[in-house]
Amino acid sequence: MSVMPAEERTIVTPAEADHPLLFEQGAPGATAVSLPESDVPEIDAASAIGAEYLAEDAPELPGFPEIGEMDLVRHYTRLSHRLFSVDENFYPLGSCTMKYNPRVNERAAAMPEFANLHPYQPIEDVQGILETLFHLRTYLEEISGLSEVTLQPSAGAQGEMTGLMMINAYHRSRGENRPKVLTPDSAHGTNPATCTMCGRQACTVKSRSDGRVDLDDLRAQVDDQTAALMITNPNTVGVFDEQISDIAAIVHGCGAQLYLDGANMNALLGIARPADFGVDVMHFNTHKTFSTPHGCGGPGAGPVGVAEHLRPHLPVPQVVRCDDGSYAWCEDRSKSIGKVRSFYGQIGVLLRAFVYIRALGSDGLRNASEKAVLSANYLAARLKDRYHFPFPPPYAHEFVMVPRFGSARVTELDVAKRLIDYGIHPPTMSWPIQHCLMIEPTETESLATLDHFAEAMIAIADEVEQDPETVRTAPHNMPVRRMDEVAASRKPNIRWPR
Amino acid sequence: MDYTQITEPQTREMLATIGVERIDDLFKDIPTSQRQAGLLDIPRGISEPELLTELDRLARNNTPCDDANTVCFLGAGVYDHFIPTVVDALANQSEFVTAYTPYQAEASQGSLQAFYEFQTMICQLTGMDVANASLYEQATAVAEGVLMAAAVTKRNRVLICDTLHPDAIHVLRTLTYEQPIEPVKIPHAGGAIDMDALKSELNDATAAVILQSPNFLGTIERVAEIATLAHDVGALVVQSVDPISCGVLKNHGDLDVDIAVGEGQPLGIPMSYGGPFLGLFACREQYMRKMPGRIVGITRDLDGKRGFCLTLQTREQHIKRQRATSNVCTNQGLLALRAAIHMAAMGKEGIRTVARQCLDKAHYLSEKIDALDGYNLKFDTPFFREFVVQTTHPVDRVLEHCHSRGILAGVAMKTWFDDLDDCFMVAVTEKRTRKQLDDLVEALGSV
Repeated sequence: MSVMPAEERTIVTPAEADHPLLFEQGAPGATAVSLPESDVPEIDAASAIGAEYLAEDAPELPGFPEIGEMDLVRHYTRLSHRLFSVDENFYPLGSCTMKYNPRVNERAAAMPEFANLHPYQPIEDVQGILETLFHLRTYLEEISGLSEVTLQPSAGAQGEMTGLMMINAYHRSRGENRPKVLTPDSAHGTNPATCTMCGRQACTVKSRSDGRVDLDDLRAQVDDQTAALMITNPNTVGVFDEQISDIAAIVHGCGAQLYLDGANMNALLGIARPADFGVDVMHFNTHKTFSTPHGCGGPGAGPVGVAEHLRPHLPVPQVVRCDDGSYAWCEDRSKSIGKVRSFYGQIGVLLRAFVYIRALGSDGLRNASEKAVLSANYLAARLKDRYHFPFPPPYAHEFVMVPRFGSARVTELDVAKRLIDYGIHPPTMSWPIQHCLMIEPTETESLATLDHFAEAMIAIADEVEQDPETVRTAPHNMPVRRMDEVAASRKPNIRWPR
Repeated sequence: MDYTQITEPQTREMLATIGVERIDDLFKDIPTSQRQAGLLDIPRGISEPELLTELDRLARNNTPCDDANTVCFLGAGVYDHFIPTVVDALANQSEFVTAYTPYQAEASQGSLQAFYEFQTMICQLTGMDVANASLYEQATAVAEGVLMAAAVTKRNRVLICDTLHPDAIHVLRTLTYEQPIEPVKIPHAGGAIDMDALKSELNDATAAVILQSPNFLGTIERVAEIATLAHDVGALVVQSVDPISCGVLKNHGDLDVDIAVGEGQPLGIPMSYGGPFLGLFACREQYMRKMPGRIVGITRDLDGKRGFCLTLQTREQHIKRQRATSNVCTNQGLLALRAAIHMAAMGKEGIRTVARQCLDKAHYLSEKIDALDGYNLKFDTPFFREFVVQTTHPVDRVLEHCHSRGILAGVAMKTWFDDLDDCFMVAVTEKRTRKQLDDLVEALGSV
């Protein structure tokens, strides 16, 4: 595999570069669908429902598309070519676990027996999907070691909120109202935002220079006003904090709860169970750990597991197996925080996660985590001479490193953007420490792809020294160059036309 | 089957490069006492043929709404509309399915443009000024709408009409439980919002009136009148909308709604047993900077060429952390894209045709049912594609009788409303044929 940025790797041809908007195409009267003629009499709408509710005659829908099927297909096919994706590109995006999304997951979700179920169908019509959800629930309970899992939350952020609400409810049930939630300074941005949404005050705990939680600072801050510590482990700099049992003991010593952000579970499947290191609540991100597709930014799903003492507060309804072996929804939970979303959850996403876990099984999950960690440490070893590694190995499934800029006027953003020219999606950058790149290869990449990435990173390190301008102005082979985001925000144009 | 590609010899080569002997050495930071001893207690992995056999078995234990065996008149927030083949084909293109959130604009112009077009079409449909690139589903969108209305008006009292979808009311209560929001429930009278109750509760401490139209009971509410009442005391109107109804009813801009939220499922999204769906969120321009969720804007690149990027990101949690206006991080990207493709495929004419046929077929059916002995329409309010039927028969027996004939006749209302325990609700989409409507009437008549 070539490590040079090749012109052929350009993802669009110049002719397609200025692709028009839907609204700049088509012609009045055009449509891409054929619908049958109505076979019932047309009613007099004005007298049936009242003229005051109707758009005059028919709604104008000014500007709404009018385009034929051929051009519609070309439009979206061309858009799909102006896009990096896991199916075409390596995505070493730290903290996001961009693993392969198996085709068989998609096949399952598209089966009409799953896709065409209405949420209010009688329970006997939906035994297959309920059994699926029940198994997924028990798999996640075993993977986490926690007592019970809810599948309801729509995404990781909603899982965090659900978890924190249960923690609040737990403290309240004991006659306490604890206003503070601690988060390490390296926490995901959603953690403190979730605290605010839950009416808690987020307080930051310092990390040590080796990336671990500063236990002294934790001891100084945790008190009987603390509801919980929200922690990510392996943490966001990619190391497993081996003090986790001490952290749990300190937190529990004050009656607070230990919340685990499950973003980095891909390092732990079958290796260690969060409950065994003292976690009370955690959320999973199915779109990270369990291969459900990212879909340009969703849908995800954020199941939440809890320890025994928090079970009374789980959301309703819960999927259960009845004594007769049938499956049902159970609404009965006296201290439940309630529902956190409509109906039962992101069912189609959860179905994909079930298919994935069923395919891998206990042995496959463990192998996945081992290969994810092996791949990350391999990349780190290959790059250790050309990049600065602020934290010592071994790493979990991801690591952070800092480019050596020398005297070049180059930033980590430039290095990341230059990767695009090599056909590789930029890694996470500038977080959780300054100037860093956070790299997570996942277990599904081949050694050839890992080597290609390492060679691209080394080539870019050379370019930083010898040809910084090329790096600074990257990418060069995309349909557009860097965007003026300041102008976009100052005078927003977020709909057509303005 | 685990989708890894690294072979045993490659593993040894990689370990040698790292400088350790065994993979286990890479986990040395995890204390032995916390390591998993042996395999997890879940089944071992299986091959693809075995997996497909298992999936077929599970699938056979479902009875989907497929017209051949089960004809669907269920609604209550989820509707069995026609989805063109081209929508499935385009939305399932693997570049769209497997791409990440478009933070890297240069490598994401395809999804960014599609979201920009989605935002525009939602504005065109609803008559609102601006829209975001979606939220999880209706209920979360309603909750976010309430929080935004409170932030805009700097007031906490919100009037919640009980004809809003019961799940939206429930979720709203859960998600705002820790917020200084003071919910006041407004009852319905005769299938629509009780206007006297609304008037008596509206005051200058009120942040917003939260309503749905067509409402959960099918009724088209008097939105324009309610908007005038709300605006008179400086409150906003948050309306949960049905995007299909925009093909025949006055849009929300014309009705003077301030924030339009809603469920995008009718826009080409399979029912999938209740999710994943698509939360819609649109509002007036002056509230744009308080709008939650991802937003895409047009801008120029370094060469002055038109392009797209995520914008107004300073509202978001990865910048603002605890001061963010919402903790929502993802949108429902692939579903927003799917809805965009569906709207574009339908076009003006398709949306109007679908809406018109829902209206005509629902009214055709309602008249036939109303004429049956033992059945009558519960309310005399105007409706779009869904209506409540009262019966002298036990509701469960009616629904079971129809179910045994392969018809899902409707949802039992006692699930949500004690005073409607002799009622069920019927939804009619453009997919239903006259024969199916007549079959339902025949089935109801033979209970």
